Amino acid sequence: MAAKQLKCRECATEYPLEARYVCSRCFGPLEVGYEHARAVDVGEVRRRIQGGPQNMWRYHDFLPLAGAQPRTRTGLPAGCTPLIRADRLAERLGIRELWVKNDAHNPTHSFKDRVVSVAATRARELGFDTLACASTGNLANSVAAHGAALGMASYVLIPADLEEQKVLATGVYGTNVVKVRGNYDDVNRLCTELSGDRENWAFVNINMRPYYAEGSKTVAYEIVEQLGWELPDRCVVPIASGSLYTKIAKGFGEFIDVGLVDGELPTMNGAQATGCSPVAKAYDAGQDFCRPVKPSTIAKSLAIGNPADGPYALDLARMTGGSIDAVSDEEIRAGIRLLAETTGIFTETAGGVTTATLAKLAERGDIGADERVVLVITGDGLKTLDAVRDSFTAHEVDASIESFEASFAGSVPA
Amino acid sequence: MAVTVRLPTQLRDAVGGASAVEAEGATVGEALESVFAQHGELRERLYQDGGLRRFVNVYLGGEDIRFLDGLDTALPAGAELTILPAVAGG
Repeated sequence: MAAKQLKCRECATEYPLEARYVCSRCFGPLEVGYEHARAVDVGEVRRRIQGGPQNMWRYHDFLPLAGAQPRTRTGLPAGCTPLIRADRLAERLGIRELWVKNDAHNPTHSFKDRVVSVAATRARELGFDTLACASTGNLANSVAAHGAALGMASYVLIPADLEEQKVLATGVYGTNVVKVRGNYDDVNRLCTELSGDRENWAFVNINMRPYYAEGSKTVAYEIVEQLGWELPDRCVVPIASGSLYTKIAKGFGEFIDVGLVDGELPTMNGAQATGCSPVAKAYDAGQDFCRPVKPSTIAKSLAIGNPADGPYALDLARMTGGSIDAVSDEEIRAGIRLLAETTGIFTETAGGVTTATLAKLAERGDIGADERVVLVITGDGLKTLDAVRDSFTAHEVDASIESFEASFAGSVPA
Repeated sequence: MAVTVRLPTQLRDAVGGASAVEAEGATVGEALESVFAQHGELRERLYQDGGLRRFVNVYLGGEDIRFLDGLDTALPAGAELTILPAVAGG
């Protein structure tokens, strides 16, 4: 594989490609380092990718796996989700060219299947037989499903107050659902402690985190490929820990470095809920670190009060001329409706955050008249139904023409 | 004030493999200083410019000390501090 080592983002200490996530010297996060050669024949590399499977394993050469390309008809392959041109939403917001990357189209209906696919595959390569995670919900769905598909035991730890839909859609896979009395940051603390003692467990977002995070790069690879090997000018991405946001940029950067696409990194806009916005607050205050907060928002999948990649998200927003914005719960609900009514895509609360942030950027005049914009939608609306409850009224009628017409009096053409 | 400081696996090599060490101090900062006095190597690994490194979390009874008074947080007798890496999750 092209992956060569784990490397500390803070002090550059290198480690072998094992189940390790934190630098022993400075506690900085470890990241997979690669030695990608610049493509001699760009057309050949593109053709090899295009000739690959219809899932994220087509980018196997850019992922930190030792073995051959995973078999594509087994397991739970993720990726190759639709990139939809959203002209009606663009018109509503006054944007020239807008695309929606709809990652609700993954096996468990969120982008988390990408990161879990890589983490679970790497976990097997390293000899683990049990998967585990600290989750705000979507990750729990995905870890439970991947455990079932791969025949691995799994333990998913979630905050006790998680949306019922996400709990039900996790337990069905036969996993061990552990509801922790506390918020996500409490769950994460417990899992961090557990991971030190359960050495035969692969916690996908703790001891496997460097591999896990790499899966998010495939969102960027797909966007480039789906745009006909071109880059967008701007991406709007939700931020919880900041991992997705920063790794999408890493993915664009790798394709640029290898020569698969020409241009600059897109402007990267991050989206948070006001009720849990440590990164947006630090951005506003001009700080390069995040002060942890206690989350209180309907966007539970983004409710991480102590974001691990916060400092790097801040760097990225500033480096690319982007921003990190926050939107209220009311704006989140409106964002869900706006996306649904103009694109036919029903997203969960995190997608409401992202859509509302896009609307805010457009209203503020941040988006140039000639820009091509990609909105990254990370999860399915069926997971957070409460967010749209009582947001419309249904017509209840008798099974007769008269009753129907009475209900629609004045609005049905004669 | 005697307190217990629980260490993550990443730091245990610096204290001979123990998962916890005993410390003395009226505040979090003092307790950590007493740990550093016995195990000097830990200072550099946990501190930078006189404060905690940005990827180090310290908890008192399950609460991040940044929600309390940071290194000045007062410690009750028999308190238990837990040091953990901050880069997990997401």
